[in-house]
Amino acid sequence: MVLKRVDLQITAPEDVVVVRQTTRSLAVEAGLSLIDQTKIITAASELARNTLIHGGGGTAAVEIVRESPKEGLRLTFEDKGPGIPDLERAMQDGYSTGGGLGLGLGGSKRLSSEFRIQSKAGLGTRVVIARWKG
Amino acid sequence: MTIEKGVEVMDRIPILKMGSFLLVTIQVDMHDQLALALQDDLTERIVRDRATGVLIDISALDIVDSFIGRMLGNIASIARILDAETVVVGMQPSVAITLVELGLSLPGIRTALNIDRGMELLRAANSGVAAGDGFEES
Repeated sequence: MVLKRVDLQITAPEDVVVVRQTTRSLAVEAGLSLIDQTKIITAASELARNTLIHGGGGTAAVEIVRESPKEGLRLTFEDKGPGIPDLERAMQDGYSTGGGLGLGLGGSKRLSSEFRIQSKAGLGTRVVIARWKG
Repeated sequence: MTIEKGVEVMDRIPILKMGSFLLVTIQVDMHDQLALALQDDLTERIVRDRATGVLIDISALDIVDSFIGRMLGNIASIARILDAETVVVGMQPSVAITLVELGLSLPGIRTALNIDRGMELLRAANSGVAAGDGFEES
């Protein structure tokens, strides 16, 4: 069950900040602990930047969800960019095509309770993460 | 400072000079270009002000992601080449835990719990150079 949902566009660097701030305010509202808040905001920042840089922009949905007994925050990032040809490799730390540190995908997976990624060459990428309470 | 979509958009992070040290307190949620601008500005100021130390206070940051982490590392590396020490102070415990889990251990970055301890570190590093032969073990 989705208790609250905020949809955001990611088309400029400032939008990454908006994603972080929205994630923070909904994480607080969902009752996540400070450490869980910090983890999901950090993951959101990495994935929003990926959407902007690798996906050429896209959308983020931030949701407070209850899937009893789990309750927390779920984030969905979608772009219609070039897609990721080699997902396995993209998940590895240190692998980067954007000139970054290559920690974005692997790092966000470690910071999340749940992590799903779908990507099709030429069609885009969709990443869903969740951080549950407790 | 202008307001865009409810976000404070600063063009620059202010850099203060205290003796031979530069002091930066990051108090806004920086977008990537702002972080890059800070890196450039600090590089320029280290040379222009002949700074021997840089103190970066991140106590107001509630996250440090890989981009900010990389910027802090870059500043420390550039400063070292320009003969200045960098100390990052005030990292929140939840930020430290998250950084390590993210996979970023900030190698080469000196840290201190607060500004006082950070200043002590910089002064100690500074007096070591003044008293010695200019070479320093790191």
